[in-house]
Amino acid sequence: MQLFRLTAHELHGLLSNKEISAEELNKAVFDRIEAVEDKIGAYICRTKEYALERALAVDRQIKNGEKIAPLSGIPVAIKDNICTNGISTTAGSRILSGFIPPYSATVVNKLDAAGAVLTGKTNMDEFAMGSSTENSAFLTTHNPWDTGRVPGGSSGGSAAAVSAGEVICALGSDTGGSIRQPAAFCGVVGMKPTYGAVSRYGLIAFASSLDQIGPLARDVTDCALMLNVICGHDPKDSTSADFAVPDYTGFLNEDVRGLKIGVPEEFMAEGIDPGMRASVESAMTLLENLGATVEYTNLPHNKYALSAYYLIAPAEASSNLARYDGVRYGYRAAAAEDVADMFIKTRSEAFGSEVKRRIMLGTYGLSAGYYDAYYLKALKVRTLIKEDFERALEKYDLLLSPTTPTPAFRFGEKVDDPLKMYLSDICTISVNLAGIPGISLPCGFVDGMPVGLQLMGKYFDEGTLLRVAYTFEQNTDYHKRHPEI
Amino acid sequence: MARYEAVIGLEVHVELKTRSKIFCDSTTEFGGAPNTHVCPVCLGLPGVLPVVNKTVVEYAIRVALALNCQIAEFSKFDRKNYYYPDMPKNYQISQYDLPIAEHGSLEIGEGGEAKKIGITRLHMEEDTGKLVHQGTITTTPFSLVDYNRAGVPLIEIVSEPELRSPEEARRYMEKLKAIIQYTGVSDCKMEEGSLRCDANISIRPVGSGAFGTKTEIKNLNSFKALQKALAYEIERQKDVLEEGGRIVQETRTWDEGQGVTLSLRSKEYAHDYRYLPDPDLVPMVIKKDWVEDIRNSLPELPEERRNRYVREYGLPDYDAGVLTNTKELADYFEQCVTACPNPKAVSNWVMGDLTRLLNANNVEITGCPVAPGQLASLLRLIDEGTISGKIAKKVFDEMFATGKDAETVVKERGLVQISDEGAIAAVVNEVLEKNPQSVADYRAGKDRALGFLVGQVMKATRGKANPKMVNKLLKERL
Repeated sequence: MQLFRLTAHELHGLLSNKEISAEELNKAVFDRIEAVEDKIGAYICRTKEYALERALAVDRQIKNGEKIAPLSGIPVAIKDNICTNGISTTAGSRILSGFIPPYSATVVNKLDAAGAVLTGKTNMDEFAMGSSTENSAFLTTHNPWDTGRVPGGSSGGSAAAVSAGEVICALGSDTGGSIRQPAAFCGVVGMKPTYGAVSRYGLIAFASSLDQIGPLARDVTDCALMLNVICGHDPKDSTSADFAVPDYTGFLNEDVRGLKIGVPEEFMAEGIDPGMRASVESAMTLLENLGATVEYTNLPHNKYALSAYYLIAPAEASSNLARYDGVRYGYRAAAAEDVADMFIKTRSEAFGSEVKRRIMLGTYGLSAGYYDAYYLKALKVRTLIKEDFERALEKYDLLLSPTTPTPAFRFGEKVDDPLKMYLSDICTISVNLAGIPGISLPCGFVDGMPVGLQLMGKYFDEGTLLRVAYTFEQNTDYHKRHPEI
Repeated sequence: MARYEAVIGLEVHVELKTRSKIFCDSTTEFGGAPNTHVCPVCLGLPGVLPVVNKTVVEYAIRVALALNCQIAEFSKFDRKNYYYPDMPKNYQISQYDLPIAEHGSLEIGEGGEAKKIGITRLHMEEDTGKLVHQGTITTTPFSLVDYNRAGVPLIEIVSEPELRSPEEARRYMEKLKAIIQYTGVSDCKMEEGSLRCDANISIRPVGSGAFGTKTEIKNLNSFKALQKALAYEIERQKDVLEEGGRIVQETRTWDEGQGVTLSLRSKEYAHDYRYLPDPDLVPMVIKKDWVEDIRNSLPELPEERRNRYVREYGLPDYDAGVLTNTKELADYFEQCVTACPNPKAVSNWVMGDLTRLLNANNVEITGCPVAPGQLASLLRLIDEGTISGKIAKKVFDEMFATGKDAETVVKERGLVQISDEGAIAAVVNEVLEKNPQSVADYRAGKDRALGFLVGQVMKATRGKANPKMVNKLLKERL
């Protein structure tokens, strides 16, 4: 039995029944990491000693006859833009090299309290800006299904680790598709919850009004278990919603009868790979056969989503990233003449080119004389996009689309052409602009590479997404296939 | 030479004395070892988020109501972006287009002359940290940063450009300070920086409706500095215009030592702050009920108190104005009055000898060595005839210097007034005997001679004789 291949809910059963120990499980995962990490490169930093210590504590609980929580003893990796007290956190940037946070993100404390075992911090595009993890300042992450291809991004490390068996579940962050797109590329489940459902306290901000933490997992059930732990109001985050957190596993019913599913034509139009389209169409047919109504609909303003996103997100980023100046922590350029020189040298030397591009874009869009034409207009477009979704979700219980226009692309294919790279988020970006929840789950293979089905729901209606995703999963076996590595 | 008038507007920053900072729970206490009153949030560490301190909003509304402002129903925080090492995030959370309050006013008239200065807006923001240099900012080999002050809540109060002289500007500041102190939300200590002021000033020919080019003056650390700097700047701008020059729009700093304003930076170097709504903070909806609750809990403000002093204590308006100028002085006065029911006498003492000694010794009323009850006892001794008013001044000087009670000083110094008719009569007789010329003068109709004789009696008794009795006995004998 390959423990590292199992799901959290399967492992929980084995742990509870004392068939395996948490130590065994975590050792198995770290052995796996050692075996494949050279080929994958999912982790920026690993916390083996800490993990094994934590695993032993869980084992003592089990030995004492205590009932353990569903994620207790389960290896969980965390994207490196989520702060972990005493453990290096870099956001994939040289400018944060050497930064060790003196506090933990709320989600980290919650996972900790739930007994989850931190295996390490996963690789990512610098400050979550990218769709291939090629923008990491530290290492390249490879897609476990084809190491010549990217894992997606920016949560590429988390997706690759889950897919390659280097961890059981992981946390990512999603600003324009950064959880869903790599989940699709690596053949795992990834969810961006409703904006405000999960506390952002401790998440290193890229674009505050779009960022949301969410889980990556092997199946929908694990995704629900992760949501159970990380969702909920946090007094430390003013934008976190005060809502009654349901038991998300309660939605895992194999039943989609009577549900109305809308498929936005805009997401199935030009630029979508034919194989990709075929996979989504067969998913539509399957759901129809299972009793749901599936029909095409429209999101007329969606064509402006990418433009609006690339004004709003960089504007917020230009302000969020201003604090990295070498004064207090992280990288500081040597031999500066004065303060201004130190700022300039530090930021010039330690930010990567994509980050610089977005800082400049955002700074420009907020500048005197341009604000109304760019930033303000983008905010207005955002409202229209949101209204499109709200209208569609009045008519339908959920919306369905491909997660990405194509399967995972090759290294270097898009990294030199930002626009091409930005287009790989075309199906996911508007979900962030609207603030609604979205999930990606495996729905087939194109040329041997996994592709993802995206489900989008009403605000705080993660439940319906889980229900449909679970039903789809129970009637397919894509999630049971593993990359040969 | 054309006659000019000044156009002045003030931007005043007030530190609020909430227990914790505006967006985290670090203490706001002044002082403390560098970087000890900090947490991840006010240090702006990666990943942290601000959460607004409700008391800050309440205090801001309190001041806004006291300044007759309209409170916004919908308000938000914005980021003001600029790079400076004393700012942990390189942006300051402030309020841009939707401040908490607008359209207020402040009465600065003195005497019968009423003048209302408009208040454009009042908004909330976070304070920055402090740079510590070795020597001066231009020569220091390195600078250190203390973030204790970073995140301390501030309100900024912006006046309309309706002040017309340095004196008016000073009066506006004094009034503003009094009102804010009355609301109890700030210490308003200019020397500790809890009350700060920048001035915008331009001049124009009298009668012109247009504004001239303005300059902004910073580093005004006292009322005196404000008045002096504005007076200097008016003259400087006049000189420039008289010589056919043009005023450059710029920021200037007041150099107290040289008594001049100096150019800091011209407008070409002005910041583009690239304001954007802070996405980490949700907009605030200010409920009307809450505003009314705050309005109802407002303490008595200077104007009301002044009117009450005239009405209740029968004081002249001038006295009432001086006494209510600061809350502390008014509180002192009222505590005195409860122990000594002669308000006018208390007022005279507080405005006279007490203020003289406070100024001479550079002591605040809150640090006054003579407690209100002690001053009241002194006044009672005068009323009862135990000591004369003249003696009382000496007693008061000693009370101020030593903190002793009036009774103790009087007893120790043997200053009890002589009211024994027999004893005074004996001295009176002696004086009359020694000064036949004066007696003759008085009898010849020279009233002044009486004063001389009274003085002689007082001298002989070292001031202790009851002056009324001396008068009476002398007149009987003349």
